[in-house]
Amino acid sequence: MTTITMTSQRSERPPWLRNVFQRGWRMGILLLLLVASLGMAPLADAQADTDREMATAAPGISAEQWRQVRSGETGPNYRDSRFDSNYNLINASGETWRQIRNRWVSPFGLIAIGGMIVVIALFYFIVGRKHLDEPRTGRKLFRWSLLMRSLHWTVASLFIVLALTGLNLLFGKFVFRTLFGDAVWAWMISASKVLHNYLGPLFGVLLVVLLISLLKDNIPKKHDWVWFKKAGGLTGKHHPDAGFANGGEKAWYWLLATVGLVVVASGFVLDFPNYGQSRDTMQWANIIHAVGALGLTAVALGHIYIGTIGTEGSLEAMTTGYVDETWAKEHHNLWYEEVKDQAMSEEEIAALKSNSSGDASASKPS
Amino acid sequence: MAQMKFMCDAERCIECNGCVTACKNANDVEWGIQRRRVVTLNDGEADEMSISVACMHCDDAPCMAVCPTDCFYKTDDGIVLHDKDLCIGCGYCLYACPFGAPQFPKQNAFGERGKMDKCTFCAGGPAESKEEEYQKYGSNRIAEGKLPLCAEMCSTKALLAGDAQDVADIFRQRVVHRGHKDGAWSNNPQASTDNLAYDAARKG
Repeated sequence: MTTITMTSQRSERPPWLRNVFQRGWRMGILLLLLVASLGMAPLADAQADTDREMATAAPGISAEQWRQVRSGETGPNYRDSRFDSNYNLINASGETWRQIRNRWVSPFGLIAIGGMIVVIALFYFIVGRKHLDEPRTGRKLFRWSLLMRSLHWTVASLFIVLALTGLNLLFGKFVFRTLFGDAVWAWMISASKVLHNYLGPLFGVLLVVLLISLLKDNIPKKHDWVWFKKAGGLTGKHHPDAGFANGGEKAWYWLLATVGLVVVASGFVLDFPNYGQSRDTMQWANIIHAVGALGLTAVALGHIYIGTIGTEGSLEAMTTGYVDETWAKEHHNLWYEEVKDQAMSEEEIAALKSNSSGDASASKPS
Repeated sequence: MAQMKFMCDAERCIECNGCVTACKNANDVEWGIQRRRVVTLNDGEADEMSISVACMHCDDAPCMAVCPTDCFYKTDDGIVLHDKDLCIGCGYCLYACPFGAPQFPKQNAFGERGKMDKCTFCAGGPAESKEEEYQKYGSNRIAEGKLPLCAEMCSTKALLAGDAQDVADIFRQRVVHRGHKDGAWSNNPQASTDNLAYDAARKG
């Protein structure tokens, strides 16, 4: 009977309690050990020899590790808890970028552009406009097709917008924030960034198209070197030889074909972070972009001056597509020799335009 | 006024990522952005070392120096904050920051990054209302007289936040106690604590 009761009693116990009973002796020993170790701890402390402990303890953070951090090296056992982070612990090149940008690019960019404006203004007031030496003949030569003029003015407008927005991104905060207040400034700088980032690629594509279509007129020739040695006619009495494009125009072409394309390429690197390029890549792209663009902007001021108020008869080439015979003879004598028999009077041009419904200038008259 | 600073004691950090979680929770940070990160060097090797990093609220902050919109400002407590209404998401602060603190919600074509987000030392940011502030920048514990939650919740007290002097005092005490000759201040000519720790160690 008793045995049966015992069994029934035991079976009434919940299983966890049964486990405790079964493992009770093991827990007892564990407890005993714990208490014993507590009692021994002060004993160990009393015997502690800090000097010896220091000598045998696991090393703390060593100078080697801080060197590793400073150099930015990551190694195979580098971990970052941020999910897609490709950053090292310390971005040491960030400070280099900051110093190059703020100490060199910004001030010298301002000097380059400001200096150019001053030089052009001085030249204009001292030397003045370059007038035609001979009177105009009234007969015109066809120089730029409607397509080329459209392309030129599109690229030019984009260049100006990109230059202004770019300058605003670099220098705007020193001027406009205090001038207009945060509300206007926020709108202004945000618009600058959006325009710059969306029009930049368009400029890049059109610049390439423009460069390709002008390539054959801009192959350097021997007389271009002479043109440069005579500073484009500034020294000496006579204009140096020039074909369709003179030495200066070719220099501007090749500047755009080299520096311009580098600026476009670096701009693409900055404009498309979705390809996951690193911070370091973008730092360098930014410096190259800024130096190239500031330089081009300074030179573009010269191009704009010469093409507009600087030289009589130049602007009409890019607006109407036609130039006067005298202008062609004086500025592009070699080209004039090639095309002089194609000169037309105003009436002939008007007739040509009305014949082909105002689109005469789109194609070269033969 | 206080000069608020973070300091992570790399010898105490156990890479538990509690600070990271605390930060995300306290500031309700946008998905994909993690204002604080834990970096481990030489993981699994004998000289493994972990350190928690976020915006260090630099005295001479590079982000402030390069920002084209001038959207950064320093509070009286030396905390570097930024105005998301002015931010255009150009990414320059990210190029310049030594600690990889600035992050952007997007990384799309045509430089579409969205508004920059970074650690605010739990001090919020410029906004019209508390709700707007919380929504844009997260909590403003400083206004409530509390320190950043990451440091408050650090289980080993590796991550310290507070006035630079207090933080430095605590760390100096630790260094003295550890008996390191130069603590963690080595190669830092500006740290006057260098000598302090050295002398104390010799006395011990």
